[in-house]
Amino acid sequence: MINTATQVDEVISLTLREQRIRRASAVLVVALLLALLASVGIGPMPVSLVDSLSVITAKLGFHASSVSPVVETIITSIRLPRSLLAMLVGAALAICGAAMQGLFRNPLADPGLVGVTGGASLAAVSMIVLGGTSLSVISQLLGQYSLMFASFLGALLTTSLVARIATTKYGTSVTSMLLAGIAIGIVTGAAVGFLTYFADDSQLRTLTFWSMGSVGGATWQTLLTAGSFILVPLILIPLQAKQLNALLLGESEARHLGIEVEKVKRRLIFLTAVAVGACVSVSGMIGFVGLIVPHLVRLTLGPDHRYLLPLSALLGALFLLVADMISRTIIAPAELPIGLITTLIGGPFFIGMVVYRARSNAL
Amino acid sequence: MSLSVNNLVLTLGSKQLLKGIEFQLNNNEVVAILGPNGAGKSTLFKVLSGEHRHYTGEIELHGRRLEDWKSAHVAKLLGILPQSSALAFPFSVAEVVSLGRLPHSTGRVSDRAIVQEAMMQMDVLHLANALYPSLSGGEKQRVQLARVLTQIWQPSELGERFLLLDEPTSALDLSHQHDTLKLARNLVSNGVGVLAILHDLNLAAQYADRILLLAEGVCVAQGKVEEVITAEKIQDLYGIPVTVIPHPEQDYPMVIAS
Repeated sequence: MINTATQVDEVISLTLREQRIRRASAVLVVALLLALLASVGIGPMPVSLVDSLSVITAKLGFHASSVSPVVETIITSIRLPRSLLAMLVGAALAICGAAMQGLFRNPLADPGLVGVTGGASLAAVSMIVLGGTSLSVISQLLGQYSLMFASFLGALLTTSLVARIATTKYGTSVTSMLLAGIAIGIVTGAAVGFLTYFADDSQLRTLTFWSMGSVGGATWQTLLTAGSFILVPLILIPLQAKQLNALLLGESEARHLGIEVEKVKRRLIFLTAVAVGACVSVSGMIGFVGLIVPHLVRLTLGPDHRYLLPLSALLGALFLLVADMISRTIIAPAELPIGLITTLIGGPFFIGMVVYRARSNAL
Repeated sequence: MSLSVNNLVLTLGSKQLLKGIEFQLNNNEVVAILGPNGAGKSTLFKVLSGEHRHYTGEIELHGRRLEDWKSAHVAKLLGILPQSSALAFPFSVAEVVSLGRLPHSTGRVSDRAIVQEAMMQMDVLHLANALYPSLSGGEKQRVQLARVLTQIWQPSELGERFLLLDEPTSALDLSHQHDTLKLARNLVSNGVGVLAILHDLNLAAQYADRILLLAEGVCVAQGKVEEVITAEKIQDLYGIPVTVIPHPEQDYPMVIAS
């Protein structure tokens, strides 16, 4: 009798958690759409939510446009690609953070902390500074894709290097992974400094943009190029949710559950490198998104990757969209680089996490 | 239908950890592995569970080399419970247990029923919504065993199932120790073969069909309980004087350190 009572309780509580997840997804989707409308409305020429909506639905072919052509142009060719890029980059960085944290079984892992971002930005900076001289072969060969390709390659190289250093035959050591990531971050940082020293004035301006991150200057062209690189990992990473769940138990346990651990690791590292490489190439260094966002989702909805990955992508998109709105408005008419804002929020958040971990000895 | 090991040798660096182990686990028996610390029990366990791949000799599952099996198929036949698990993420107990259903695609409804039943059997149903990292060592051990049980819950068309346990009772209190081993006996009557590393000689004597004694990587004795649990063999193995007496009520031997 007692057993059946607990059984019923259990079934109810499971559905409660699912209800919470469903509610959170609905709220996030609505918030994201509203933020998108607000984001295309904000600027030197304010556009109301209704007008923004009408421009977008008209462009999608639902009805004839009733808004002035100037507003329409501002929205469709300046603000919309920028907002969409912010969403795409935010989603990609957050989902990569979630995947890395699952892969390394550590909630402090982040594409930035394990050296991926450093590698991608070193490669990007090399292309900017040396693209006209020593690396001209690449830029001639790949044209507008050369920056993206270089970032991706840099990201892939550093990620596999960090994973290689941290992995012994006894498994992946989280401490060595973080230390290797920090060390590689320092080395790539030094190399970036070295290149900066030899850069000319126009290159310097571009470099400053990299180091602080920005989604400004987005066009449909950049959106399309970066988007085609980013969308693939964004779709494929959530398909590894079950494998990541098993990996949280430990590598041996995942193997016993029939997961091909090495294959999954390689796949995730490759996808992360593609996504982060593409993100860095269009938006520079935007830190801490991959750390904060998955952490918040995990805190409220639990560590199950089947929900964690897609919801991190949604929240990451929302987070960067809002950060971009702040960056455009806080010192208008000038713009504060978006990377500064995420770092300003992320730094203290990270310190808080470390303090909490030290106090409670758990996360 | 068996899990068999032939002339298994494992060398790590310059050290030979396993020296020619031979044994067979059938689907209708509980086999206990006993031996002092450093005898190679856990090493043998790791080789059987596919951790160490650079061994020589053969491990065969149902007459086919273990490496030749697809890992997804092995997962349906071999339930493996390692000594400790490093899970630090705040999964609930029910979520951890349901991870055992990963290799199967039987649908949510039946998975949920299996998870419930396994939690009930391991006496963790009341913890279903508790967060795994907040549990005590013994509770964690029971949750992990419940997870492994769900993995080999149903008969598979691929062959008979086996359960490998590395010190499944090390953190458990007296009643849960016996519950766990009774469960192992229960599984055997359902056609599962159970291999367990144990430290408690009396638990092994009470529940195992056969016992394998390991010392310094060599299998020094294996056979029926009463053949292996003798004062002479135990003294040789552990180096302390012992007395072996028959249990006052049941027909198995008891080991008392004297």
